Amino acid sequence: MKKPIYMDYHATTPVDPRVVEAMLPYFTEKFGNAASRSHSYGWEAKEAVDKARRQIAGLIGATPEEIIFTSGATESDNLAIKGVAEMYAERGDHIVTVATEHKAVLDTCKKLAKRGFKITYLPVRPDGLIDLDQLRAAITDRTILISVMHANNEIGVLQPIREIGRVARERNVLFHTDATQSVGKIPVNVNADHIDLMSLSGHKMYGPKGIGALYVRRKNPRVQLTAQMDGGGHERGMRSGTLPVTGIVGLGEACALCQSEMAAESARMAALRDRLRDRILAELDEVYINGSMEHRLPNSLNLSFAYVEGESLLMGLKDVAVSSGSACTSATLEPSYVLKALGVGDELAHTSIRFGLGRFNNEEEVDYVAGRVIEAVQRLRELSPLYEMAKEGVNLKKVEWAAD
Amino acid sequence: MQYSDKVLEHYEKPRNVGSLDKNDPGVGTGMVGAPACGDVMKLQIKVNSESGVIEEARFKTFGCGSAIASSSLVTEWVKGKTLDEALEIRNSDIATELSLPPVKIHCSVLAEDAIKAAIEDYRKKQGSNHRDDPGNS
Repeated sequence: MKKPIYMDYHATTPVDPRVVEAMLPYFTEKFGNAASRSHSYGWEAKEAVDKARRQIAGLIGATPEEIIFTSGATESDNLAIKGVAEMYAERGDHIVTVATEHKAVLDTCKKLAKRGFKITYLPVRPDGLIDLDQLRAAITDRTILISVMHANNEIGVLQPIREIGRVARERNVLFHTDATQSVGKIPVNVNADHIDLMSLSGHKMYGPKGIGALYVRRKNPRVQLTAQMDGGGHERGMRSGTLPVTGIVGLGEACALCQSEMAAESARMAALRDRLRDRILAELDEVYINGSMEHRLPNSLNLSFAYVEGESLLMGLKDVAVSSGSACTSATLEPSYVLKALGVGDELAHTSIRFGLGRFNNEEEVDYVAGRVIEAVQRLRELSPLYEMAKEGVNLKKVEWAAD
Repeated sequence: MQYSDKVLEHYEKPRNVGSLDKNDPGVGTGMVGAPACGDVMKLQIKVNSESGVIEEARFKTFGCGSAIASSSLVTEWVKGKTLDEALEIRNSDIATELSLPPVKIHCSVLAEDAIKAAIEDYRKKQGSNHRDDPGNS
């Protein structure tokens, strides 16, 4: 076993060696600019880009012309939301999004709010999903965009995007989804799911960092965007800049691999994930699963270990690479806003760990990680005054804490 | 986050973990912090009634590694000190000893508060046991 064991696949993934293989020639002998029309270096680069476009489109049920290359999902989110807001400003000034979105969406909306747009942040239920009736009620005749993520990056829950897409279509509002965590892991189809704009990223699906895409619907309806990057008019004028051919080839190959292996891989991920959960829950009491288990990515698990602070638990798991929703891992000292939105109390939000499984994990690693988690939690609970009080029957919610 | 060797050492081998009988009149208990803030420290001292010296100290802490290390360290420091000497321990001493980064200074502040709270609890107990001794109330 190679240590530390990597179980943080929501943060990033290694590039699949087959993807690296596909990319290599485009660094050296096939280094052309895809926009060069006058020689074969340009032609072969363009051919590679066209193939990647087909591979990406194939994975999500789009046409190749609907794929706009970007530097990653953050840029895709910015381009989708700001681009629509500016393009459709005459039609309306209202955007509906969700409290648990990624910062790339939330902070983009915040910036638009400063420029006079009205933003509705839908709450989520305790399972992490939005209420469709609340979505319907939020839409006004000034609403131009609904932006709801597919899979949440922290807790892995899946929003009902097909139903959201249907609501958007009925009300004649554009629908953007940040599908960074879900594309390549579970089926996403822009037509069946009524998606008008969709952000995706290479490095979350075994492709390289620094490359992503925005799907932009061309028909029924034809979506227009105000470019956020001006220049040579690449990507149908929506995103100027010389195409990074190596990254694009990598993203295309990553998509093709995900498509051909998705069924087997997602079943394997779910089995590993459930094994991890079952082992931990069998040995430890007062462990809570954050977010819906039913509507969830197959590779995702987020657990709160009551009475044990998350960062100290990470310290105890030093040969395991996972991440924590604990305040102490960030500079802000605020616990996860996603868990807060689910109604998870601060005391449990401080104790959460995110496990993200991936292509290169195996059963042996899962058993090892489960064992280390159990050991570390038991040791830290022996050190925890809260665990001691709880065992003595003290109701911790009724204690008057000195620092409250 | 990168931890100093001293923080890691206290985290791996915390000193004086445990609890003393909180109903013992010779024991002072300080509980500071709150679960919602991500830090709760319980520090207990056992004081020799003759000499006024802290003979034993125990802690339990819910919190990050720096919080655990800070409380582990102060159990070592208060032992053998009189109450007034223990009250002179400053959070900056703790932070310096453990090389805490700025974002973790609050852990050392909490440890200093825990010492004060434990001593106050002890003195309060003594005061209620010896009502004729105004100096301790």
